[in-house]
Amino acid sequence: MFQAILATASDAHGPNPLIPHTVEIILGGVFFLVFVAVVAIFIVPMFEKAYAERVAAIEGGMEDAEAAQKEAQEALAQYKAQLAEARHEAAGIREEAREQGAAIVAEMREQAQAEADRIVAAAHAQITAEHQQALAQLKTEVGGMATELAGRIVGESLADSDAQRRAVDRFLTELEGSAN
Amino acid sequence: MTSIESSSISVLGSRISAEFNPPGPADFELPPFVTLGSVDVTKPMLMFVVTGVVLALFFWAAARKAEVVPGRLQFAGELVYGLVRNSIARDSIGSEKFLPFVPLLFSLFTMILVNNYIGLIPFLQFPTFSHFGFAVALAIIAWVVYIGAGMKVHGVFGYFKHQCVPSGVTGLVLLLIIPLEFLSSIIVRPITLCLRLFANMFAGHLLLMLFAFGGQYLIFEATSPINVTAGVLSFLMFFMISVLELLVMFLQAYVFTLLTAMYIGEAVAESH
Repeated sequence: MFQAILATASDAHGPNPLIPHTVEIILGGVFFLVFVAVVAIFIVPMFEKAYAERVAAIEGGMEDAEAAQKEAQEALAQYKAQLAEARHEAAGIREEAREQGAAIVAEMREQAQAEADRIVAAAHAQITAEHQQALAQLKTEVGGMATELAGRIVGESLADSDAQRRAVDRFLTELEGSAN
Repeated sequence: MTSIESSSISVLGSRISAEFNPPGPADFELPPFVTLGSVDVTKPMLMFVVTGVVLALFFWAAARKAEVVPGRLQFAGELVYGLVRNSIARDSIGSEKFLPFVPLLFSLFTMILVNNYIGLIPFLQFPTFSHFGFAVALAIIAWVVYIGAGMKVHGVFGYFKHQCVPSGVTGLVLLLIIPLEFLSSIIVRPITLCLRLFANMFAGHLLLMLFAFGGQYLIFEATSPINVTAGVLSFLMFFMISVLELLVMFLQAYVFTLLTAMYIGEAVAESH
């Protein structure tokens, strides 16, 4: 029925364009399939190859850049660590020096103190010795002087030296006893 | 009347006659160049084949070196190839399955595009797809490919179920839905595909012929000042329609390829 309608339409206004030519369908179809085959075999693989290579090149470049950046960051971190270590070391050295300095000062002060003490002690000892010496000397001199004075007062020389000595000793003992 | 019409069929130059003959379907039936056996070799047949050969040579030359940094020719080739591959095939079919269909879609797009533009190239000036047979051939190939691809993925019965039974529909509604889906997905698609391409090319060419022949008739045959003015306007319209046709011709190539890609994508998709 459809064919009949189409046929009538053709009669009225020339050939009906909606009736396809069988030759054109066959030629169009077959030639198109050949064209698709040519495209599939010769053209698409080459374009895909170019695509794949380009993707690989771009990805490779990006990977290189990433690696370089990573390396740079590692180097920076290393430098920073070294710097921090050096600073720490310097601080340690400074601290040690300060401690040493303080120790030296303390030691010197101690030494000076000890020297001073020794000098003071020596002076004390000397003074005591001189005092004793003076005392001893004074003792003998006082005895002689007292005897002579007593002789002069009594008017005669106390010939008996034994008695004289005894008297002096007694006197001195008394003197010492009163002095104590 | 019949004699005038028959003379206008054979040679376009003889169209000039006392009475104006509006161009019609008869003007699309060009005389054959040669007759091989019982087959008349006509202008669209020859142009279709020559276009295919030229396109194959051009893209072979463009793709031949396949360099990472493309030259001018390769860049031009890749521009077209990339449009079909990425914007049409990959976006419609999905990035896992699209590659096997790229040759077909690329061939469809380039062949339709160039055969359409032939309609505007002086001296050639005849869009191949204004002959229904070529459009039918491409639509049959597209139809076989998308149904075949669907059957390869889902199995024969699985494919019809996939295409005709929408998920989530149950009960008596299925009695209504299944025939409708079958009709729209399996029967109507190839018909609309080839009709759209053919009708656009046919109508566009008919319109151009009308303004060209009409203008010629008005200026050279019916010489009154009003007619001459109308003839000049008619020629002006011819140029404007030509510009419009530039767009339509590209769009038809694009739409045919895009729809084929979408049909394939739908057929091979995992689920609705």
